[in-house]
Amino acid sequence: MIRLENIDKVYRTERVETLALQNINLDVAAGEFVSIMGPSGCGKSTLLNLIGLLDAPSSGTLAIDKQPVNGTGDKALARMRNEKLGFVFQSFHLVPDLTVLDNVEIPLLYRSMPGGERRKLALAAIDAVGLSSRARHFPTQLSGGQQQRVAIARAIVGKPRILLADEPTGNLDSQMGEEIMTILHDLNRDAGTTVVMVTHDERFAKRTDRIVRLFDGRQVA
Amino acid sequence: MNSYLKLAFRVLGRRKVFTFISLFGITITLVVLVVATAIIDDTFQPRKPESRFDRVLTISTVSMIGPNMTETMNPGFGFIHDYIYTLPGIEAASAFSESSPIVIYRHSGRSEAQLKRTDAAYWRILDFRFLQGRPFTADEEQRGALVAVISDGLRQRLFANRPALGQSIEIDGRGFRIVGVVPDVPITRFAAWSDVWVPHTTERSSDYQHLFLGNYTGLVLARTRNDLPRLQREFADRVKRMPIRDPKSFTHIEAGLDTRFESYARDAAGNHAWQLRLLIAALAILFMSLPALNLITLNLSRILERASEIGVRKAFGASRRSLVAQFVFENVLLTLIGGAISFVVAAAVIAALNRADLVTNAQFELNLRVFGYGIAIAIFFGLFSGAYPAWRMARLQAVNALRGGAR
Repeated sequence: MIRLENIDKVYRTERVETLALQNINLDVAAGEFVSIMGPSGCGKSTLLNLIGLLDAPSSGTLAIDKQPVNGTGDKALARMRNEKLGFVFQSFHLVPDLTVLDNVEIPLLYRSMPGGERRKLALAAIDAVGLSSRARHFPTQLSGGQQQRVAIARAIVGKPRILLADEPTGNLDSQMGEEIMTILHDLNRDAGTTVVMVTHDERFAKRTDRIVRLFDGRQVA
Repeated sequence: MNSYLKLAFRVLGRRKVFTFISLFGITITLVVLVVATAIIDDTFQPRKPESRFDRVLTISTVSMIGPNMTETMNPGFGFIHDYIYTLPGIEAASAFSESSPIVIYRHSGRSEAQLKRTDAAYWRILDFRFLQGRPFTADEEQRGALVAVISDGLRQRLFANRPALGQSIEIDGRGFRIVGVVPDVPITRFAAWSDVWVPHTTERSSDYQHLFLGNYTGLVLARTRNDLPRLQREFADRVKRMPIRDPKSFTHIEAGLDTRFESYARDAAGNHAWQLRLLIAALAILFMSLPALNLITLNLSRILERASEIGVRKAFGASRRSLVAQFVFENVLLTLIGGAISFVVAAAVIAALNRADLVTNAQFELNLRVFGYGIAIAIFFGLFSGAYPAWRMARLQAVNALRGGAR
């Protein structure tokens, strides 16, 4: 499902060159739940951003669903992100001016789909995370856990085959973190969604199929 | 679209200070442009008593060109008599003099007014509505009858509520009998504007009838608008064949039968109407530039504020093009709101202009055409000021945007 071969990522400024990732080789099978762990600054989020096509590797090859992405144009990358990938961020990144329903609809705005169907799918996704009664609320009217559930609804509304979660429980207390992990495991088990999750929490990582460990930009396990 | 619309309104509502500053700049700009459009519309569109001017050609300048000198003047009556009156296949042709200031003494009062000398055909080409009486006739023109048509404004000044028809007014030491009264004409209607019209044959000397250059303007009423190009070509041929009266000083003659717009263009921008259109458009864009730059700066300063949203949209499949479309849409919506406010303000400004009579007798109005132009200007302004910030926003790297950066 996801294949990375000899991936390097270098950040260059005028004076400094920082090697964020070095020689990463990773295969994630369809339906797998993989967690990425490592100390702060080791390149976990960078790796997730590369897999999510939000950033481009400096060298090496990356394929999503057997489709190489190196050199792909903006429009094609946008379509791949829209159709194949869903994102859950640590700080939720909900648009504060939009209601829960409007936020969840965002991925569907970039598909040719009638408004009624878009709305139906969005409501179904909101229902799936247990927030039907909050569909017309704004993000600031929700708790952190509820906001992250909205973010998950937004990530799954387009039925992507891959879900990328960047420390999804990082800003939540343990109980809410548990709730979010339960939803992610359910998605993985019931819908067969491939999940790649960056986490600092060993407890949550141990419940996934596999742990990839990074240290100073290198893959150590 | 619905989602963009809702978001646009919420963004505008959330950032009240930004919205106010933006709307203020947009409104001031658009008010000036809408008022200018109303004035230009009033000047160029056919309207009583020049409502037939969509099929009227005029000649108001003749240039004698030589290697060392150029002489440009109005055509003389003789020129119009020889080369305009005789054009084939026309409905009517007329000559009228430039308006000249006169003083009319009546009883103990003294009134300043503008005088035009013209012919009987003038009243067929211009569709004046006669409040009282009639125009002077071809017979009166031929006889050099001392008759006059006056404007309603002058009638009120001279006679107040007493009847004017049949009364006599003294012009240049001679008494002219009033035969007709017409409504006041705005100064912007150059062919129609005056206070007093008398037959050209009342000039004290007939020398003017033979002048090649003078102070007259020629009017040609074509049978249909389709005839205009033919008449212009025919006249151009005639100009080429005109004898040069002083071949030592001049080598050729330049003159053209123009539509109303071309006539202004000839005065303002040489020979080409497109140059005047370009000039008007350039002035409008120049005028819009400063407030547009202000709006661009405001929009750019908001990139950071919306970085997270841009990152999220990119992550979920927005291409650069769709993001540009979204932000330009928001900006156009803002300028359309500004446009709506500016129409209300412009209506008040135009009413004040009309009341103050800054442009003599003018009655500018916000009609559907001006409304259409105003909407077009507002949309252009929205695109003009929104495109660059939208392009910058859409080029944000998704990763940086999600981190809250602006690169």
